[in-house]
Amino acid sequence: KKTNRIKTIETRDLSKSAGCGECQTACKTSCGVANQKCENK
Amino acid sequence: MIHQYKLNGYNIVIDTASGSVHSVDNVAYDAISMFELKTREEITEALLEKYSGEPDITKQEINDLLDDIQSLKDEKKLFTKDLYEGQAFNLKMRNPVVKALCLHISHACNLNCEYCFAAQGKYHGQSALMSFEVGKRALDFLIENSGTRTNLEVDFFGGEPLLNFKVIKQLVEYARSVEKDYGKNFRFTLTTNGVLIDDDVIDFCNRECHNVVLSLDGRKEIHDAKRPTPTGGGSYDLIVPKFKKLVEARGGKGYYMRGTFTHANTDFTNDIFHMADMGFSELSMEPVVCKPDEPYALTRDDLPVLLEQYEILAKEMIKRRKAGNGFTFYHYMIDLKSGPCIYKRISGCGSGTEYMAVTPAGDLYPCHQFVGDKKYLMGNVFDGITNDEIRSGFASCNVYSREECKNCWARLYCSGGCAANSYHATGSINGVYEYGCELFKKRMECAIMMEVAKEDE
Repeated sequence: KKTNRIKTIETRDLSKSAGCGECQTACKTSCGVANQKCENK
Repeated sequence: MIHQYKLNGYNIVIDTASGSVHSVDNVAYDAISMFELKTREEITEALLEKYSGEPDITKQEINDLLDDIQSLKDEKKLFTKDLYEGQAFNLKMRNPVVKALCLHISHACNLNCEYCFAAQGKYHGQSALMSFEVGKRALDFLIENSGTRTNLEVDFFGGEPLLNFKVIKQLVEYARSVEKDYGKNFRFTLTTNGVLIDDDVIDFCNRECHNVVLSLDGRKEIHDAKRPTPTGGGSYDLIVPKFKKLVEARGGKGYYMRGTFTHANTDFTNDIFHMADMGFSELSMEPVVCKPDEPYALTRDDLPVLLEQYEILAKEMIKRRKAGNGFTFYHYMIDLKSGPCIYKRISGCGSGTEYMAVTPAGDLYPCHQFVGDKKYLMGNVFDGITNDEIRSGFASCNVYSREECKNCWARLYCSGGCAANSYHATGSINGVYEYGCELFKKRMECAIMMEVAKEDE
């Protein structure tokens, strides 16, 4: 970058991901998948 | 599509389709907000005017900043187009496999919780315990329908599962005896109110359970008011020592304290802090699921209070993490580097397709929250899926089946949310439970802010 005004946090690039289905399916009431972990990448 | 927000001193930009996250200063925050709407000249003029008192904000600096933003766009880390809708359609056509079951090992309970969605554990039916024969058939059904999946999950649920502990042990023993023959790996979880925990249960959980979910609502007066015994006494003093013993025996890992908050404790962070102060470090606190006319239902007026509570929680967690006495909160447990793939994010929790609930009689439902609603009876473990229309409906239920979700920045974090919540709020699994959306989006903003803060530590 030419400036230091933007810091990009390292994240998984979703467009290059995947699906093996081996990931896990606490809350039992308000499911999202954001807090699941990928087991195979 | 991007989402910009300011929280706890951070300016954060999320690129929805790529999952990229950027922490930016005020000038970049403003420049990004204008980038797709104005010309470079217009942006430069606006920024020079707004930051006229700052000597380092020059025409050249702004030009370099706009080049940085364009580079991120070229690298598909900003303003990335969402090209996943076609994959959602492919997902529907995919050969379905079942990889997880919620085994209703007991439709009976030894507590009388006021807010129980399962009507005191009986699911609006008769008390019942699952027999070993039905449970064994359920495990066989799972193996037979799991295709090439290796990891199979079974949650012992209820009611109170430990009222049928003997059958739980028999089923785990059976699963362990056959899993290697089929190339499978069973992961068991147990959700319990704690009343019947003893040394035998603790030994079993530590030997066989991947995860244990322990129901505790936080402060004693809050917990006892909502989770009394059948004779009306509190259950807090009975279960907390048992939970402490179990968690200590597990080495403090592989468990969640799982509380419910209602209209009676919209200051639910105090319940979370109470559990953390008792030494529990893996915490989850969920909004009550109930009809809106219940006295303990969360109200529209509660919403701003709850949103603020999530921010208070995130800030306190950062503080405690820095002080060396941190704890985890289930909904803030996001992993930006190794989170779920795009298929998982599109398909969601898998209810009705790869995840199902089994009643004590062996009936199959899309998930535990549909049990007892005959419209959603999918079949049974002996005959398999006899109503494929339900499965097909759930396979189609994803972020791209809802117009509202298509324009939401959080769609690939929530995957369209909980089908049961949508159904109970709108009458359709393809509806949108807006109240839940507001809570979810705030939780995501907080969770991502905490990850950004980690980078600074």
